[in-house]
Amino acid sequence: MANIISDETIEYVGILAKLELSDAEKEQAKKDMGRMLDYIDKLGELDTDGVEPMSHVFPVQNVFREDMVTNSDTREQLLSNAPEQKDGMFVVPKTFD
Amino acid sequence: MSDILDMTAVELAAAIRAGKTTAVEATEAVLARIEEKDKELNCYVTVCREKALAQAEAVQAKIEAGELTGALAGVPVAIKDNMCTEGLLTTCSSKILGNFVPTFSAEAVLNLEKAGAVIIGKTNMDEFAMGSTTETSAFGETKNPWNTEHVPGGSSGGSAAAVAAEECFYALGSDTGGSIRQPASFCGVVGMKPTYGTVSRYGLIAYGSSLDQIGPLAKDVTDCATILEVIASHDEKDSTSVAREDTDFTKALVDDVKGMKIGIPKDYFGEGLDEEVKNAVLQAAKMLEEKGAMVEEFDLSLVDYAIPTYYTIAAAEASSNLERFDGIKYGYRTPDYEGLHNMYKKSRSEGFGEEVKRRIMLGSFVLSSGYYDAYYLKALKVKALIKKAFDDAFAKYDMILGPAAPTTAPKLGESLTDPIQMYLGDIYTIAVNLAGLPGISLPCGRDSKGLPIGLQLIGDCFQEKKLIQAAYTYEKGRGVFPSAVKKA
Repeated sequence: MANIISDETIEYVGILAKLELSDAEKEQAKKDMGRMLDYIDKLGELDTDGVEPMSHVFPVQNVFREDMVTNSDTREQLLSNAPEQKDGMFVVPKTFD
Repeated sequence: MSDILDMTAVELAAAIRAGKTTAVEATEAVLARIEEKDKELNCYVTVCREKALAQAEAVQAKIEAGELTGALAGVPVAIKDNMCTEGLLTTCSSKILGNFVPTFSAEAVLNLEKAGAVIIGKTNMDEFAMGSTTETSAFGETKNPWNTEHVPGGSSGGSAAAVAAEECFYALGSDTGGSIRQPASFCGVVGMKPTYGTVSRYGLIAYGSSLDQIGPLAKDVTDCATILEVIASHDEKDSTSVAREDTDFTKALVDDVKGMKIGIPKDYFGEGLDEEVKNAVLQAAKMLEEKGAMVEEFDLSLVDYAIPTYYTIAAAEASSNLERFDGIKYGYRTPDYEGLHNMYKKSRSEGFGEEVKRRIMLGSFVLSSGYYDAYYLKALKVKALIKKAFDDAFAKYDMILGPAAPTTAPKLGESLTDPIQMYLGDIYTIAVNLAGLPGISLPCGRDSKGLPIGLQLIGDCFQEKKLIQAAYTYEKGRGVFPSAVKKA
């Protein structure tokens, strides 16, 4: 296997991805990601010098519209999906000390 | 009417208009079929019986009053569970959205409702559309109606299986790398992914936003074109939506391929392709040739690079799109946590399944500082080369013909142990999404186990009509495809 994923890398990816992995899951993730990257490395066979990266297949740039309110007040329905709510607001864990 | 479930969507709407049956009768028939079959098949995550019957009554009244006259008015439909439906549970087949009730409906769903559709329920799928078998669903796998030991394909497996099992008259699916066309192929139904931007993605829960498109799963090409005509619309709420004038797709239901140029990529018929699939697909090409099309082989090139390009881009976009699931505004929140960040991490780790976590991690990695150029940017450059290879092909041909998948439906439990092996099954569908092209899959035979084989036609951007015309012509020549319910 060409790509060896270190413990540090998996820790770092866990932080970026906001995922908490058990030790067994970390080992599996190292293997899976290593294999996947070995496979993706195939793209290195292609010479892409001077090729413009293509993010969108059509030549669409900025799409503008008037900034008008078109939706109605759905606060109650929106809040009803929240895991925890109080006085018309989302309840979140304590963020500052 | 005992044979009501045999009807196509267009036939049913005509029968309702003619007063031979009603939207309510059709809805009751579908609900009875679900009652009878769905415990075994598990096509649906949610069936909204009462709501559907009430909607059917309201639609029937409008049809009788002459207010609804469209080609799909009164016909029951199933919606993939990654499209928002106001007031109706929408889970993406994930624990993290297990209790999510949207406050609005996806634009494609609204377009159907305006045309008089009756929504029966929400269909099972691979979690967040990540998978090719519908086995990564948090709510159990869906089984293939042709043989319940096999998968229905994925990720729109519930939608494809529901159409095949006559648990609805048609369904909506979404296709990011083949998620409409491959399950259509495995379940013996017609599935179409339109040109990127043809159907609004507003209200479609995003996986890979630059690749995702909504499309129909239907019993035949006529239904497919009719549904696409209804759901296609320019929508200001989706900035990638394209204003098209040529969405009168049913005009292309013409039995004629004379003079059409069809290219067969040699690279689609090499190693890994099942012999029975190959023969059935080449047989279909031969029929189109006999009907007057010009068919020849050519080298498409870059075929082997499509899958690594796709998984880099799709994972990158998924890692970004799925950041919104944080246990604050909706969805699952872990019961035990210490502080905000621990709550995020635990909610996400407990709420997402294995395949979703795998792709979020890969995506976070390829976008991270130090690896962005080597992986993500490289993939975007190869995407440009793949698009160019298709441009070159469409300079010579009206369409490309090949298989939808290298095999027929695998057995349940055989695919998830080796993710890369599963990804390879997407080889014929995935490049179509990278290049934003339209593609259709329709049944062209069955293998020795009796499982359906799918023929795929790929067109240049905005050339759905050519695909529909060729598919319709093939279907006329092929004759009626057997039903999964009767197996004959």
